[in-house]
Amino acid sequence: MDCSHVFEFKVNRLIVVFALFLAFFSLRSDAYGQTDSLVVSADTAVSATEVHAEGAEGHAAAHGEEKFEPTKVIMEHIADSHMWHLWGHTSLPLPVIVYTPNGGLEVFSSGHFHHGEHDYQGVNNYRLVEDKIKVVGADGNVDEAASAAVLDFSITKNVAAMFVAIAVILIVFVSVAAAYRKRVGKAPKGLQSFVEPIIIFVRDDIARPNIGHKYAKFMPYLLTVFFFIWINNILGLIPIFPGGANVTGNIALTFVLSLFTMIVVNINGNKHYWKHIFLPNVPFWLWPLMVVVEVIGIISKPFALMIRLFANITAGHIIVLSLISLIFIFKTLAIAPVSIAFVLFMDVLELLVAFLQAFIFTLLTALFIGMAVEEHH
Amino acid sequence: MELVTPSIGLVFWTSIAFVCLLILLKKFAWKPILAAIQEREQSIEDALNKAELAKTEMARLTSQNEELLKEARAERDLILKEAKALKDNIVNEAKTQAHNEGAKLIEKAKIEIENQKKAALSELKNQVSSLSLDIAERVLRNQLQDKATQQDLVTNLLKDVELN
Repeated sequence: MDCSHVFEFKVNRLIVVFALFLAFFSLRSDAYGQTDSLVVSADTAVSATEVHAEGAEGHAAAHGEEKFEPTKVIMEHIADSHMWHLWGHTSLPLPVIVYTPNGGLEVFSSGHFHHGEHDYQGVNNYRLVEDKIKVVGADGNVDEAASAAVLDFSITKNVAAMFVAIAVILIVFVSVAAAYRKRVGKAPKGLQSFVEPIIIFVRDDIARPNIGHKYAKFMPYLLTVFFFIWINNILGLIPIFPGGANVTGNIALTFVLSLFTMIVVNINGNKHYWKHIFLPNVPFWLWPLMVVVEVIGIISKPFALMIRLFANITAGHIIVLSLISLIFIFKTLAIAPVSIAFVLFMDVLELLVAFLQAFIFTLLTALFIGMAVEEHH
Repeated sequence: MELVTPSIGLVFWTSIAFVCLLILLKKFAWKPILAAIQEREQSIEDALNKAELAKTEMARLTSQNEELLKEARAERDLILKEAKALKDNIVNEAKTQAHNEGAKLIEKAKIEIENQKKAALSELKNQVSSLSLDIAERVLRNQLQDKATQQDLVTNLLKDVELN
């Protein structure tokens, strides 16, 4: 556990350095971007709305005239999307599922938007603005009030990538389980021998020392969390389809995972745990303060888990992307070897971080569970 | 800010997908895998324990064997010693018995010899006396064949009587 803290500290320091580095470039590119959009809007001179201006910019990009904007590119890669970009101008359209108070549930392909250039006419008129589904009013403009009421349950890129990861996990572990059934009492072989040490690592180094003798009940949850995060992290590092999505670097996913951790911890909390929160062992006049602090602690622990995983994975993606962006910012191939060398280094580091974050998330979950089920203090 | 705002769609799908994954893995992967690992660890531990037991058993048997051997050796020595004593005893007894028997025989022989000697002596005495009587008779007959010599003898004898 001590070791992991050291690693995390070093990684965080690196991330800070690179974030500063990135901030410097994004400032410069922002300046470029502003002048650029001015030029574009002046050139096209048809721009009534900003949406049209962006559309025009999209056309300009198609003709290879657009100035490179690293921040936009990076943010697009990191954010979720209704299309899965494969290569060049080819994207995989994904199903859009929207719920609107007046239209109910509607399902259609995101291909209808044509990268945001066309509207889709369902019950409402939908438009894709900055990868958000908006409702278009009768006047042809985005109806902000109606758009706020849209609930977007689309199978986005992150959802699809998560499904891929889940499929991988299921295939791997169900086949490993079959191998265990087939080779009872024999030494592990093949994939089994790769997976077994990790499972034993989770059991002996994460669950047992932190939870104690009641660890067996929580093993399925810990193992699932560990491999879910790890496989998603690794798939996120693969730049081509079906990898490349920033699944574990999305706050929604980390929010759900930490929410589950919070639920598991608090459902299994015994009377010592709750006594520690509501009747802490302090003078009675400190109780109002302590109870508030402890209740905040219930939420802040999973909150820290959520932020840690999100920030680490997103930072990794940002660093790799910004290093690649260097080539396009300087518009020279000469920088490419430097860039590639750094990216290689970062990728190897990210491989470590991918494991480390899965490990830390699982470890802290086990620690919190251990604190909740501990018999006496 | 958009980056840190969880979108409802992803939250929804992640929750469903994660719960499904958890249930499926728990049923089809973790349970059999963990059970198999546990079982194997148990069997390995059992085997090690058994080996340990066999080792101690082996050591026990070896020491027991040694003890038995030692005992056997001691017993053999004892038997040998006893046999030797018995043998000595028998030999000694035989010797004394033979000695006694011999001494008895010698004694008997001596007595017999004595008896024989006595008998022989007495017979010899008888023969000697009869012979000497015979001889004396013959000598006397021979000397007393003429009257003159008989006279002489009687006178000599009378002379001797007068001397006494």
